Amino acid sequence: MSNRLTHLKELESESIYVLREVAAQLEKPVLLFSGGKDSIVMAYLAYKAFYPAAIPFPFLHIDTGHNFEETIAYRDELVKKLGVKLIVGSVQQSIDAGRVAEETGVNASRNKLQTVTLLDALAEHKFDAALGGARRDEEKARAKERFFSHRDEFGQWDPKNQRPELWNIFNGKKQLGEHFRVFPLSNWTEMDVWQYILQENISLPSLYYTHEREVFERDGVWLAYYPFMQLKAGEEVVRKRVRCRTIGDITCTGVTISEANTLEDIISEIASSRVTERGGRSDDKRSEAAMEDRKKAGYF
Amino acid sequence: MGGYLAMELLRFTTAGSVDDGKSTLIGRLLYDSKSIFEDQLEAVKTASERLGNEEVNLALLTDGLRAEREQGITIDVAYRYFATPKRKFIIADTPGHIEYTRNMVTGASTADAAIILVDARNGIIEQTKRHSYVASLLRIDNVILAVNKMDLVDFSEEVFDKIKAEYTLIAEKLKLKNVHYIPLSARNGDNVVNQSQHTPWYNGSTLLRLLESLPVKEGLDNLPTRFPVQYVIRPQRDEFHDYRAYAGRLASGRIQVGDRVTILPSFTESTVKAIDEADKSLHGAFAPQSIAIRLSDNVDVSRGDMIVKSDNLPAVDANISLLVCWLNHRPLSIGAKYIVRHTTDEAFAIIKDVYSKVNINTLEDIAGDKTVKMNDIAHIQIKTSKPLKYDLYAENRITGSLVLINEATLETVGAGMIVKSFEEQTFSI
Repeated sequence: MSNRLTHLKELESESIYVLREVAAQLEKPVLLFSGGKDSIVMAYLAYKAFYPAAIPFPFLHIDTGHNFEETIAYRDELVKKLGVKLIVGSVQQSIDAGRVAEETGVNASRNKLQTVTLLDALAEHKFDAALGGARRDEEKARAKERFFSHRDEFGQWDPKNQRPELWNIFNGKKQLGEHFRVFPLSNWTEMDVWQYILQENISLPSLYYTHEREVFERDGVWLAYYPFMQLKAGEEVVRKRVRCRTIGDITCTGVTISEANTLEDIISEIASSRVTERGGRSDDKRSEAAMEDRKKAGYF
Repeated sequence: MGGYLAMELLRFTTAGSVDDGKSTLIGRLLYDSKSIFEDQLEAVKTASERLGNEEVNLALLTDGLRAEREQGITIDVAYRYFATPKRKFIIADTPGHIEYTRNMVTGASTADAAIILVDARNGIIEQTKRHSYVASLLRIDNVILAVNKMDLVDFSEEVFDKIKAEYTLIAEKLKLKNVHYIPLSARNGDNVVNQSQHTPWYNGSTLLRLLESLPVKEGLDNLPTRFPVQYVIRPQRDEFHDYRAYAGRLASGRIQVGDRVTILPSFTESTVKAIDEADKSLHGAFAPQSIAIRLSDNVDVSRGDMIVKSDNLPAVDANISLLVCWLNHRPLSIGAKYIVRHTTDEAFAIIKDVYSKVNINTLEDIAGDKTVKMNDIAHIQIKTSKPLKYDLYAENRITGSLVLINEATLETVGAGMIVKSFEEQTFSI
């Protein structure tokens, strides 16, 4: 008789193993918390990995200033419940300090600006590992990412010169000033994440469930309307029942017209969906290698 | 949905030379199993047109980096995911060219199965042997020889049988365990997901059906119990004042409350008092579960130690024979000191000797040549600064594997598989 783990159990075990390796091998890790479902699952796995001890690293949220208020409320409640320290890196402050220039035009987004704020925050607190919830199935450049992704002093990713990663042995050694990006959810797909949320009964921000809000359509994607968003001629704000499939900066997060108000509804909606979750992310559509270029510069 | 929650995970790797149609095969698997979304297909269509391809080039689904698309090659290991109602699959898609042996080894290190592609027109070539050698070296349980481009040889049974007969000899020499042969055409989808009308003489499974039914990690929990200690959990909270647990992932075997265990390298004995999985207490656990173990006695245990069942101990030794695949452009240096990482343990290692090198194209031993360069595979001897607790790689892929790290650059430079000492064995084929 041979015992076998289900695929969700095996993924969970692998991620917990990675989280514990980070705590053991690196001196000052931080968990990048965006308020999206992937970072929520990562936070939940970190809770499991170290229980009954507290999670041995703080959370870092890069706040673009254009976050859904539900995200912020959820974040504050979660860090209180877990008893972890929260550090907020503010893109607005980076703009005010002249570190970055705000994009202009109707498609202006603060998404790309986050990179500078993120690298500044990592340097300021001398973090040597930043845990991210990115998954390899999200995007083509991410498919080539390691669990332990080595970054040079400039925070850059060099895809052609990555450290080989064999078996389950991770090399967390680095020179002074260098750091790692670590992706415990590398092998999870969008569907795995949702099934796991259902299996473990993890609570999510209300944005993921159907709700009514003001939206407008741009290039075939529905975007949430906020007063700081510029409308093009012909674009019209309407009220619709929608939900978020991913949550990021408001300016580049597409919403889905949906009536799904339970996890089961969401899962069957995704199972029948013919578009990827990043299909609604205008930041990836800027060019074919948009994600690769952002990653090389030090993006999440 | 109950089905989805009971699915298993199969990891496989794909190897083939540049024109064997590997990317097209993966593209076809994803496309025909409906794992490709409209926006991904749309992006590939646009890119195909821009590159002047007449048909939609499914290979573009997998080539992620700009340089790869421009040069039409795969540079690094890329991981792909798809699922059927039976299984979730992780593909480690590795480039097949000789310079990329290290990538192939990387992809193979976690694989339960390997698909090796051959072009039906060319049959078995040197690269096929190289890929098969890597599959054998890394102890992949299942090898699928995918004879691709059958459409270009008129779906000839004779051509397929000839390739199969030739490969059977290679598989025997390499001691490959389970070998499967499939005639297919990735471009047209014959025998990939759907049974082909063009091969009435073939009554085996389609590639997808085979992937859904291969045994995975069979018997991992029946191997001797090995628990490398990863992290010590000691909460700084009053309610858990005396709590002390050893966290880790079971590398092999199973463990139960009440089991008599030995802690290595100290050889201290104790008994399992509790097994915790976060806030749940378990009666027993099996590999590859991540758990935390509490012991009855107050013994000294730290990261890098190994907890094993007392009735079956691993080797504990500092003199170790390895088959090493060299991963770095700086050659291996005899007499030099490297950092070795083995399970959760870390030590220094000195390279004592290079016994032989394997010519991975002819599968012959090269004696006398002691230079080990990038992509070379060699049988070497190392001595570690403290004893490692290990099993042979042939018996345990986790406790039998290690990596070498350059002390100055801190890069991972060698992948080692522990073998019997040089006197006891000849791996050459």
